[in-house]
Order: sequence, then structure tokens, then C-alpha cells
Amino acid sequence: MNTPATLKYTKSDEWFDASSGAMGLTDYAQSQLSDIVFVEILVDVGDTVETGSPIASVESVKASAEIYASAGGKVTAVNKDLSNKPETLNSDPYGAGWMVKIEGGQTSDVMDAAAYETYCAGRTH
Amino acid sequence: MIEATLTATAKVVEPTIFDLSSPGRVGVSFPEPDVPRTELPKSMLRADLPLPELAEVDVVRHYMHLSKFNYSVDGGYYPLGSCTMKYNPKIDEDTCRLPGFLHTHPLQPIETVQGNLALMYQLQEWLKEISGFSAVTLQPAAGAHGEFTGVLIMRAYHKSRGDVKRTKMLIPDSAHGTNPASSGMIGLQIVQIPSDARGNVDLKALKEHCDDTVVGMMLTNPNTLGLFDENIEEVIKLVHDCGGLMYGDGANLNALLGIVKPGDIGFDVMHFNLHKTFAVPHGGGGPGSGPVGVAAHLADFLPEPLVGILEEGDDETPPLFGFVKPAKSIGRMKAFHGHFGGGHVRAFTYIAMHGPDGLKDISQYAVLNANYLLARLRNTYHVPFDRICMHEFVAEGQFAGSDVRALDIAKRLMDYNFHPPTNYFPLIVHEALMIEPTETENKDTLDAFADALIKIADEAKTKPELLHNAPSTTQFGRMDEVKAARDLVLCCWLPEDYGDQ
Repeated sequence: MNTPATLKYTKSDEWFDASSGAMGLTDYAQSQLSDIVFVEILVDVGDTVETGSPIASVESVKASAEIYASAGGKVTAVNKDLSNKPETLNSDPYGAGWMVKIEGGQTSDVMDAAAYETYCAGRTH
Repeated sequence: MIEATLTATAKVVEPTIFDLSSPGRVGVSFPEPDVPRTELPKSMLRADLPLPELAEVDVVRHYMHLSKFNYSVDGGYYPLGSCTMKYNPKIDEDTCRLPGFLHTHPLQPIETVQGNLALMYQLQEWLKEISGFSAVTLQPAAGAHGEFTGVLIMRAYHKSRGDVKRTKMLIPDSAHGTNPASSGMIGLQIVQIPSDARGNVDLKALKEHCDDTVVGMMLTNPNTLGLFDENIEEVIKLVHDCGGLMYGDGANLNALLGIVKPGDIGFDVMHFNLHKTFAVPHGGGGPGSGPVGVAAHLADFLPEPLVGILEEGDDETPPLFGFVKPAKSIGRMKAFHGHFGGGHVRAFTYIAMHGPDGLKDISQYAVLNANYLLARLRNTYHVPFDRICMHEFVAEGQFAGSDVRALDIAKRLMDYNFHPPTNYFPLIVHEALMIEPTETENKDTLDAFADALIKIADEAKTKPELLHNAPSTTQFGRMDEVKAARDLVLCCWLPEDYGDQ
């Protein structure tokens, strides 16, 4: 499981990069979902998102999931390439798989990498 | 005990019906007409119509071949959790084809379809008795349509009281996906309530969300883990205390017949899945049927029309049945009166055939069969919420130190000629295998299925490639599910796609 130390993580498996304002789905989440076949970004540039509000909807061969904002702020960019290449979320969740970038970046209730790894380890029975 | 054995099937791929076509072949020969032929207007004729041309026998054989690729409940065991794929008695096929039912039309004058109306009225009454509700509509086409109907009724109730700030629907994380979908379609905000360590609704989390913006809660009980919520009375009280209504998803009613009446324990609305609990075919063989029952305070909001008694009968004259409109009806939910022959007649037959004691037996055997399988499998497969189950249970399809997944186990079961259980649902169990035997299976079948699963668990350790490559004995091997989901071909087949064929 890949958990970059520079990022912050939510209990609902999103990451947030405070330096770039980018957010997306964690490596743990993509491996649990398995092959992702559909992505729809639910927000546009200029929208204001709050922590925990839905920013995207993804579907894999196993399940569908809502992706929530890991931080609050104004949307400055959305990754339009994802809808054509949903598999990017499997191959590069922290890089080309970014979903939304915001400015402001108010976070609450996020974990650092070590805490998130412990949290995930506790979830596999 | 029946030893599970592998079956070997010849691999023959059936051509499409277009491949089988040959110009000039026809299926039916008409006699010469005894009236003059009339030419159709040229403007209404198309230049070509590339339909396949075959003799009747070729068509019959083609579809017979295709039907043999299928796995059906008439052909084998079908433990598809959450679906209640019980065997449907064949008497249902006779009753729904009785000429009086088969050859009627919903627009006929009511005086000419009194038998149909009497059946629908009696079915409404029986469903009321079974569920403890005050009124029932038979209109909804299937389960999710019933949910949509029920949630519209809940919203209409609040609105009628001037209580317009209620916008939230509380839904547990173990719910069927249709619950948030139905509420979402109506524009409600979905609030997910987690489950606790025993698989019940987490009361603490529920309390936090119960306020005066709650429309209600949608709860399946027993839930999708096959567990009866141990705090059901507390859950219902919390929702009622904040002014919300309690919606029961009746998908799992097969565990409760003659034992629990959801209306009596405080549910306000519930849909029935006649196609699960009452032996109406489903899963591609539909149509489904999703009647909705409501408590007295919601009866005025039911869809119109309901079947009612227009004139009481006496010792000599039967009552006159007809249609009645509830006072504050949410309106029609469907053209005509629901799935009459496919759903109502079959369910009526099934209930009449079993009677009150027989219905109770159904649920008791369904629960007994599930617990028998659970007892045989719990030492081989990890069961995360392991307590006495109802009509189904959920095991994990994974083993420590192995890369075998639930999907591999499900596919391998096909090599043993069993339909796989539901997998990857509910989402709160990792690598879920959701097993629902239903009451219709005997002990030999249950043992053969358990033996196969235990043998597969052993293969997972010793010969995992058998699982990764499964199924190997079926007509087709492992399907590419990723390609199927990513490369969608959604358009219908248009004549121009067939050019000069």
C-alpha cells in the first residue's frame, strides 16, 4: 500500500495535498474497489466545496462510491481526463489520478500518513 | 451425501440468428387469400428490412440451444443472497394462464372482471394480514418502484401537515443500493448511518442525525447481513421521536412470514417483493411486483386506484368490487393496476396454497437452511458478523496469505455446477460472499454446496490457479468484466448496421 508522507488522508479514503490543493482517491481505496470503469467529477471550476461534500462518483467492477472533498475551498481545476481514462485511478491515484484542485484548503479531521496506514490496517479483518 | 463432481461440457458456440439466416427461408406459409390483394402505399414501404430469414424449426433450435447456456433455478441450486431465488411451484403457471385471467383487459367494464378484482382485493387483504399494515396498493412494478412509491407517500404526509423542512433520509450502510437511489430520485438528501460491531444500526450515530429535518429512515430488517436488528424497537423509537417515518424494505420478508409483522413493531411503510417472497419469477424472467403497505395514518396517500368494495354483498349476492381513490392520493404510479397475471395471480396462488401455517413454515425452513450452511462453513470461511442468522449470511471470500478473491471462489463454484452466491455485496464486508439458500432446498443439496465450498477453500491453498482460471467447464470461460464495463456498446441494432444482408 502506497501512502505518501506529504499528503493528508480522510476516513473516507481521500487524500489532500496542501501544497498544490489537489485531492483524490487513495491507493488503499483503489485497490479495494479494484478495476475502476467510470468516473464523473461532480463539481466545476469556480464552485465552492466544503469538507465532506461529494466531488466525484466512481464505479468499479465491484462497487460504486462517492468521493468526498478532503478539504474545503474554491475549485480551481478539475481533471477532465479521468472520465476517458478511469483506469488512471488504479495506476496512479496520487499523480495523474488527481480529481480536483482547490484554493483555500481548509482541512478538518484529517490523518497523516502513519495514522491512515494504521486506520486501514485495522479495517482488514 | 452427494459428492460434488465436475461436469464436462462440449464447447460449441451458437451462431447469431443473423448468421443462420438464408434468403428466402420462411417460418410460416399462408394460404392464398380469399379477398383481393391490396397494394400498400409506396410511401409507407421501406426499401429493405434485414430481418433474419429462417424456418420455424431453425428458430426453435436456435433459442433452445441458447436456453441451454443459461443457468436457472429449474436447473440447479441458486443461492443468490438478497434475491430469494426460491423455486417457484409450477401450479402458478397454471393459474396465471386460466382463461378468465389470461384473456381479460384492464379497460374492461368492472362488471365483466369481478373475478380479477376479487383476487386483487383478497391479495391486498392477505398482504395486510401478513404485514400488519392497514392498507396496501398492488400498483408498483417492482421493489425499487415500491420504494419510490413509499418515499413519495412519506413526503406527501409531511407536506400535508405543513412540515416542509424535512429533506433528509437516513439509510444504513448495509442497505440495498436501491434505497439511496429511490430517495435520491425524489430529491432527498441521503445520510448514511454506520453499522455497529454486531451488524445492527449504530444507535449513537443514528441519534446524532435524528432531528426535525428527517423525512424518515429506510431500513431492511433482517438487514443485508442476514441479521435481525437487535435494537429494532429503539431504532424505530428514535426515528419516530424526531417526527420521522419508518420505511421497511421488504426484500427480506422471506425470513419473517407468520413470525413478525413489520406494521406491528412500528414500521409506517413497507414494500413487498412478490417476486422474492411469494414465488413470482424474477432475475430476467420477471416481471417483478412491488406492492406497498402503509399504516393507518398514511392510508389516504396511497396511489390511486385501489381495489375496493363498491357495494356490500349478502348471503345471496357477492359484493361488487371496483376501484376507489384514497382521499389524498399521490396519484397513479403505473398504467393500469400493476403486474396482474405475472405478479398478483401467482402470489395469490402461492399464499392460498400454503395458508397461514405454511407461510410460517417457509420462513422457519429458510432460516434453518441458512443457519445449517453457516454452521458447516464458518470454520472454513471467516464470517465477520457471526451470530444466529436469519434467511441468509455473509462470509468473506478471502484467506490470509492467499491472493484468491471472492470472485475466484464464485467462478470456481460454476465448475461444480452451482450458481455463485452474490459477491461484493454488502459493501461493509470485505470480499463478500452472500449466501441465501431459501426454504426450497433439501439437506442433500445444502451439503453438496457446502462440500464444494470447503473443497474450493482447500484448492485455494493447494491449487490456486484452478480458481484464478475458473470457470473451466462452462460454455465460456472467465468473462472480461473490465472490458465489458469500460467498452460499452449501448446502441440498439439498427437495420442500416446490416447493410445488404
